[in-house]
Amino acid sequence: MSKRNEITLTINGRRHAIRVEPRRTLVDAIREDCGQTGTHIGCEHGVCGACTVLVDGAPVRSCLMFAVQAEGKEIRTVEGLAKGDELNTLQRAFMDNHGLQCGFCTPGFLMLITGVLEREPDISDEELIDVLSSNLCRCTGYQNIVKAARAVAGEMRQQRTA
Amino acid sequence: MTAPTKGSGLTWVGRSIRRVEDPALLMGRGRFTADLPAAHRVRFVRSHVAAGRIENIDVPDGATVFTATDLAAVKPIVPALHKFGYVHVAQPVLAAENVRFVGEAIAAAVAATEAEAEDIADGVTVMISEMPAIIDGRAAMQDGAPLVHAQAAGNICVEGKVQTPGFAEAHAGAHRRIAVELRSRRQNATPLEARAGHATYDPISERVTLTCATQMPHLMRTAIADLLGMPESDLRVIAPDVGGGFGQKMSLVPEYVVLVWLARKLRSSVAWTEDRRENLMASFHSRDQHIRLEGAFDADAKLVALSAEVVANVGAYSCYPTTCAVEPLMAMAELPGPYDLRAYACLARGVLTNTCPMAPYRGVSRPVITLALERLMDAAAAQLGLDPVDIRRRNLIEKFPYTSATGLVFDEGTYRQTLEMASNALDVPAFRKRQAQARSERRYLGIGFAAFSERTGYGTPAFAARGMGVTPGWETVELTMDPSGYVELRIGASPHGQGLRTTLAQLVAEELGIAPERIKVVHGDTDRTPYGWGTFASRSLVIAGGASVMASRKVQAKLKTIASRLLEAASDDIVLENGAARVAGTDRALPIETLARAAYHQSHLFKGELDAGLSESATYDPAGTFSNACHAAIVEVDAETGGVTIERFVVAEDAGRLVNPMIADGQVMGGAAQGIGNALLEEIVYDDTGNMLTATLADFLPPTCREIPRIELFHLETLSDATLTHSKGLGEGGAIGAPAAVLNAINDALTPFGISINEIPATPQRIRAALRQAEKSPA
Repeated sequence: MSKRNEITLTINGRRHAIRVEPRRTLVDAIREDCGQTGTHIGCEHGVCGACTVLVDGAPVRSCLMFAVQAEGKEIRTVEGLAKGDELNTLQRAFMDNHGLQCGFCTPGFLMLITGVLEREPDISDEELIDVLSSNLCRCTGYQNIVKAARAVAGEMRQQRTA
Repeated sequence: MTAPTKGSGLTWVGRSIRRVEDPALLMGRGRFTADLPAAHRVRFVRSHVAAGRIENIDVPDGATVFTATDLAAVKPIVPALHKFGYVHVAQPVLAAENVRFVGEAIAAAVAATEAEAEDIADGVTVMISEMPAIIDGRAAMQDGAPLVHAQAAGNICVEGKVQTPGFAEAHAGAHRRIAVELRSRRQNATPLEARAGHATYDPISERVTLTCATQMPHLMRTAIADLLGMPESDLRVIAPDVGGGFGQKMSLVPEYVVLVWLARKLRSSVAWTEDRRENLMASFHSRDQHIRLEGAFDADAKLVALSAEVVANVGAYSCYPTTCAVEPLMAMAELPGPYDLRAYACLARGVLTNTCPMAPYRGVSRPVITLALERLMDAAAAQLGLDPVDIRRRNLIEKFPYTSATGLVFDEGTYRQTLEMASNALDVPAFRKRQAQARSERRYLGIGFAAFSERTGYGTPAFAARGMGVTPGWETVELTMDPSGYVELRIGASPHGQGLRTTLAQLVAEELGIAPERIKVVHGDTDRTPYGWGTFASRSLVIAGGASVMASRKVQAKLKTIASRLLEAASDDIVLENGAARVAGTDRALPIETLARAAYHQSHLFKGELDAGLSESATYDPAGTFSNACHAAIVEVDAETGGVTIERFVVAEDAGRLVNPMIADGQVMGGAAQGIGNALLEEIVYDDTGNMLTATLADFLPPTCREIPRIELFHLETLSDATLTHSKGLGEGGAIGAPAAVLNAINDALTPFGISINEIPATPQRIRAALRQAEKSPA
C-alpha cells in the first residue's frame, strides 16, 4: 500500500513531478498532488462526468483512470481554457446562455464539449445530445448547456467555412 | 418568451444581466469545501444492518478511531416541535447503543490521507446483534411492527388532523365521490457535490472554523455549538461555493458535529468528503409518501369536499431544524392546492422506519400532494365526462385574497390564466386529433396537466403555525457604501447556485443608481454576515431581496440629503441614476463617490442631521406569497417496452416581478428537469431487510439531457403587494408540477388499455407490469 511511484503528469502544458501509490486515481492526483482543484469529483464511479478531463485530446473520466496510466500524456483541465482572465468562446457561451448554476458539474461539461468539438467540429445537433448525455447536471435542466454547446459548434463551423 | 415587466420603468430590475458568479466557476476557480487541504482526513464506519444493537467495535492496532464512547459528552440531536403529538426522538451524532438504518455513522477513522482513512475504516469490525427492521411506512404502523424508537408508539412520530366544520354534510351530500391512491417512492435530491466538511482549529483564538456544504451556515453554527456545549462565538461556519443543495444541505449533518469535535480534540484540521455511495444511503431522502384522497364533486364537477390520508415514511430520525414533520404537515396544510374548496378533512402522519432520515427536498411534499390532487382531477374529469382543462377551470380559485380551508391566504395570482396559456400552447383540440390518429397506428400519446400553487417567501408568521422549536423566517442584511462609493451587501441568506449575488446587486443598483458591478454581495460566512436563516423554501430573492431594498432605501435617503446640501437643492428633487446624484431636470450633478466620501470625511457638514458613514441594516419578515403555475406535458408511451418519451413540456407560471428573467427561467427549467426525473427515473430502493439496492448513480438515475425535453416557458407577472419587491419565489415550482403533469399524460396515453399508473417513478417496469395485467387490449 505504501509503495509509491515517481511520475510526471503534464497538465495544461505544465509538468508536475509527483509520487503516488499505484492505486491513486488520476482525479485525486490532479486535485491533491498537483493542486488543480477545478476538476471536481461527483460520483467516483464513472457515471456523472464531473471529473472529465482531456487526455491526449480525448475526454476521460479521471476517476476511472489511474494517475500512473496518464504519465507521458497531455492532460488538459478546466484551468487551461481561459487566457489569463479572459474566458474562451465556450466559457463565454456558458455565461451568455446561463449554462451553469452551482457550477460544480461545469468543468466536466466544458472539457467534454471541448474534446468533442475539437475532434468532430461537424457533429450534428442530435449527436451532440448523445455526447452531452454522458454527463450529469442537477441544476440547469440541460437546455442551456445544450444551447451553449450548439452555439459554439455553429460558430466553429462558420469560422471554418468563412 | 418572457413578458416585459409591467409598469416598472426601472433600469436594472427585469434585465437578464449575466451572472457575477460565473467567471470564477467557469475558470475552475470556484472554491468548494473539498478543495481545502487538511492535516487529517476522516472516513466514517457505517452500519451494514438496518436495526440492531452494537455489541463490539474492534479497531486495528495503532489506528486512530473515535466512537460514541469518545464523544460521550456530545449531546444527541433532538429537533423540537410542540404540536401534533410530535415525539422527540434523539439521534446521537455517532450511533451509541443501537443502529437504526443502513449507513448510520458508527465510528470516525482518522488518518493523514483519505486512502489511509479508508483502509483503517475497512479494518474496523463492528459486531451488531441484528434486530427486526421495518422498512415500509404503512407496515410500520401495524400492530406488532418493531419499534424504531421505543417512545414512538406505532412508530408514529407526528400526527396532524384537520376537519373543517360541515365537512361530513358536504361529503355525504355530494353528487359523486371519487377516490385515488398515490404512491411516491423514495428519492434523493442528489446535488452533484455531495456533502463535505472541513474543520480547523486555531490555537491562538481557540476558535474552530467549519467550512461545509450547507444552505444554512448560521443555524449550523447554533446547532453545533449547542451540541458541543461551546460558545457560538468560538465557532465560525463558512459555506463556500456549494455544489447544489435542493434542501438536502439545509439540515444539520451529524458528521459535521463530529468534525468540529475532532478539530478541537486534535487541535488541528480535519476534513471529510462524502462519497456518492454515502450520499445515496446516508445523507437524506424524501418524497416517500402514500396518499389516499377522496374527492366529492357536485353535479357541475365542482369539488365540494376533500378527504385525505397521508403517510410519510420519515426514516429513522428527525432532521434539524424542520423536524420530520415537515412533509406530513405541509401536505396537510396545502393539499387543497389551488382549488376553491371549503370542506376538507385530513389525517397526515410521519412514520418512523429503519431507513435513511427524510429531510426537505425541493418542493417538500408539494410534488406529491400535487400528484395526488391532479390525478384526482383527471380521474374525476374522466368519470364526469369532462375535459381535464375544463374540470380545472371550474375549480381553480379566481378571487383574491383567497383564504383556504386550512386558513392560508392566497394573494393575487393567475391560476386560470396560466391553465389557459398552457393548454393553448399545446393546442388541445389538435392534439386530440393527432392522438386518435396515432392510436389507430398503435402509438400511444397522452396529454397531462398540473395546476398548482407554490407558497414562497414566507417568514415567521407561516413557520410559527407549525410549532417548531426553531421558527425561521426573517432575513437581515447589512449594507455599507464605502468612501469610494462601492457597496458591500452582507446577507444571512446563503445561495448555492441561485445567482443571488447577481439579483440582489440588481435590486440594490436600482435603488442607489449605480451599476451592479459596484455592489459586492457577501454571504456564507458567520464572521462576515448578520445572523440569518439561509437559502431554502424559495425565499431568498423575496426576503433577503426585500431587506436589501429596505437597507438600500435608508442609504438612498442619506445620499439624497448629502446631495441636497452639496447641490443646494431640495432633497425631493434629487435623483440617483447612472452613478450620480442629479437635481431633476437640470445638469447639476455629483458623482455618487463624492457623496460617499463626504458622508465619511465631511460628516461635520451634516452633524445633527445624519450619522457619519453609510452603513445601514434592515430585516424583512413577510407573511408570504403564493406563486402559481400550470405544467403541461405531451408524452408517448411505448406499449412494447413501457418506455416514456416526453414530446413537449410547457410551463406557464407567475412569480410576480422577475428581477432577472434569465435566472428565473433557469430555476424553472432546472426544477422541471428534477420533477421529470422524479416522475420517470429516480427511486431509492431497499430490500426487505433494509439493505439499500441503489447505491450508485447507475442504479439511482438522475435524468440526462436525453430524457429532458425543451421546456417551453411562459411568464405572467402579477405585481402582488404581498412582498416589498412584488417578486414571488420560484425555486421549487418546477419540481412541484412536473411529476403530476407527466403522470397524467402517461395515464391519458394508456386510456385505451383501461389501466392507470398511480405510482412514481413510472418506470418501464411498472408500466409494463400494468400493461400485462390490462383487462382489455386497445380497440
